[in-house]
Amino acid sequence: MSVKTEANKMGLELKNLYDDFRDADTIKAFAKIIKEDALKLPHAINIMEVCGGHTHTIMKYGLPQLLPANIKFIHGPGCPVCIMPKERIDHAYVLSMQENVILVTLGDMIKVPGSHGSLQNARSKGADVRFVYSPLECLKIAKENPTKKIIFFAIGFETTTPMTAALLHAVIKQDIKNIFFHINHVTVPEVMKELIDSRDVHVDSYNNKIDAFLGPSHVSVISGSKIYEEFPRDYNRPVVVAGFEPVDVMQAISMVVKQFIEGRCELEVEYKRLVTYDGNIKAQELINKYFEKADLFKWRGLGNIPKSGLKLKPEFKAYDAEVIYKDVLPLQEIEDHKLCICGDILRGMANPPECTIFGTACKPTSPIGSCMVSSEGACAAYYKYGNLI
Amino acid sequence: MNKTISLACGNGGEENNELISKVFYKAFKNEILEKSEDAAIIHDGALAFSTDSFTVSPLFFPGADIGKLAVCGTCNDLAMMGAQPKYLTCSVIIEEGFETRELEKIVRSMKQELEINGAIVVSGDTKVVPRGSVDKIFINTSGVGEVLKKGISSNNISEDDLILVNRDIGCHGATIFVAREGIEMSSTLESDCASLFPQVKALLDADIKITAMRDATRGGVSAVLNEWAKQSNICIEIEEEKIPVSDEVSGICEMLGFEAAALANEGTFVLAIKKEDAQRAVEILKTFENCSRATIIGKVTDAHLKKVILNSSWGTKRFLDTPSGELLPRIC
Amino acid sequence: MCLSIPSKVVKIDKEANMATVDTMGVQRDASLDLMQEEEIKIGDYVLLHIGFIMNKIDEEDALLSLETYREIIEAMNEEDRQMAILEDDECQNRGE
Repeated sequence: MSVKTEANKMGLELKNLYDDFRDADTIKAFAKIIKEDALKLPHAINIMEVCGGHTHTIMKYGLPQLLPANIKFIHGPGCPVCIMPKERIDHAYVLSMQENVILVTLGDMIKVPGSHGSLQNARSKGADVRFVYSPLECLKIAKENPTKKIIFFAIGFETTTPMTAALLHAVIKQDIKNIFFHINHVTVPEVMKELIDSRDVHVDSYNNKIDAFLGPSHVSVISGSKIYEEFPRDYNRPVVVAGFEPVDVMQAISMVVKQFIEGRCELEVEYKRLVTYDGNIKAQELINKYFEKADLFKWRGLGNIPKSGLKLKPEFKAYDAEVIYKDVLPLQEIEDHKLCICGDILRGMANPPECTIFGTACKPTSPIGSCMVSSEGACAAYYKYGNLI
Repeated sequence: MNKTISLACGNGGEENNELISKVFYKAFKNEILEKSEDAAIIHDGALAFSTDSFTVSPLFFPGADIGKLAVCGTCNDLAMMGAQPKYLTCSVIIEEGFETRELEKIVRSMKQELEINGAIVVSGDTKVVPRGSVDKIFINTSGVGEVLKKGISSNNISEDDLILVNRDIGCHGATIFVAREGIEMSSTLESDCASLFPQVKALLDADIKITAMRDATRGGVSAVLNEWAKQSNICIEIEEEKIPVSDEVSGICEMLGFEAAALANEGTFVLAIKKEDAQRAVEILKTFENCSRATIIGKVTDAHLKKVILNSSWGTKRFLDTPSGELLPRIC
Repeated sequence: MCLSIPSKVVKIDKEANMATVDTMGVQRDASLDLMQEEEIKIGDYVLLHIGFIMNKIDEEDALLSLETYREIIEAMNEEDRQMAILEDDECQNRGE
């Protein structure tokens, strides 16, 4: 593997892209800069990281322990599994129990409990439920099981939406007749607005308020940083798009702090090596070809947020499991458990340890709310890493 | 406990422990069992006795096969109590239609590994079941060993001890994952499956003050450290950057979101050695094949009893918890 | 879910529109369906996510970031050194 590109000649190795962005000395250096700059902050600031991957990095590397008291993290709803309402988990459960169906989804989704149980429970009751690392694996499953209906339960933010689109593209191109889709893709800017708007209404009754956002890394790779323009412009909230590694997060926090002490309110990109203003145009085109915005999508704990979810365009209804299985999919709204405060946690208005059932009735092995299920959920991250903070 | 047994109950982590204590320990209550060591010490401390079943899929993978695993698994459990493996039993449950040639290959592997341990198979059982009742072949081995050094126990670890590992971690779990059907990756990774008695013997012969040893099978190094912290009622503090992980295992962990400390091993063990002998123990371990990265990884304190803390090299800390959930089914 | 990782492209299969990428010794195949034609070349560093190449890593920007970090650390070390010298100057136990 000794092909050298321009940058290879400049000395960039793959290892650098990992190690150097996790370098202990660099993390310590930024911690020092942030501490010094924080002394000049006009007021205490709360930074919301929207993306579950950022929550994971922050907790795994113990970054809150490096910040001064006047800078706090608020953990946002950036976990596509966490925000899945029980109603739609029940859809997945019901679909998996249909005759001749193989329900396929990504990773953590199989552990989230709906009102009948999780997909894992469905599997132990005999349903054919499979988790895959890539939507493309559905093509193989479909070929190996020609008499079965493969339903891909699609989840994720803008990061994973193009991959679902690419799968549908391949299904149509290869004229595959037994793959269908249940779409649960959601978008980030609408929920960010919802959090700011609802927060302003409640700001007197809660102490927390979002002063700035850490923009998600890989959503931004696809959509470009352009989708956050309105936040500094119309909502007076700086946004810094940060990468996933601890050095990226520390640098982004440093950039946020500098904005406050210099009286700026801008959209900045820390993750320059991967995020551009326009993003991945081809991916966006694929998304726009097959999907359109649904009027409403219910987010667990946050309620209905307009235009925040996607659905297949009507011309593709032949592939839409929600249309095909309309008669068996349950419609009634389901309340969350009384003691579960996932909604408040997702809005950044409470921290996991403040929940009365955190760590007792609600644990990763027996999750009551979905913040505990995915490793990107705030509760799961706190449970695993957080007690030392 | 749930109404039905889930796959997670066999993960070597939290759910597994729950199953064992709420169902099995509850019924089979006795002092020896409750010690929860790798092997039971019986007959007034003279003998060690252990059993293990092997359901790994695929049967053949880089670095080993189910046969080698079946012998190493039980012999290592005996060695971890400071015992020399002597007599094994071997029970197999074979699926109808299994190829005789494959069976012979597996048995040959077992023979080779027995010789390394100096042990023999003295009794066995064979069952053949209809197609579909088991997945190709399941093996159980039980073993009796002669205790060479008494008192080695996971219940006695204290602040006089340092924590060591004998080599880089996570190789077996990572290898099995890559070898599994449906995950299309290729790498030069190999299972670390190996007999540990030779290393234990070398340490005993050199009079190293060993407090405890445990091989980090299902649940990985995380599971062992947490078990020790609970059993000895101590806090174990690990320096995160000292934990040896190969580039390839790191690569798999990156790709799939695993933590190397939660991946299974079959030739890697964790040791609690008295401070004054720790460095000497490292030097001895390093002389063995594949153990060039043997090292001290941590110490014992009373900061948070019954917990394991990971200290990062940039001054933050977090808990290392017992793995939970269905990580990698049928790993051993 | 958000397991997107940097990898190096080692092989390209134009017909299937797939690339083989290497991540620290582990190789796997990834789809080029989200990339423009001819955009990805062997030796490029790319971001991999659930079986697809999501984007090419801008190596110049990566190097610029690393250079910035180096400068920050150097500046800090210089500061620490100056502090140590000052402390030494003011040390009362220092012999003349």
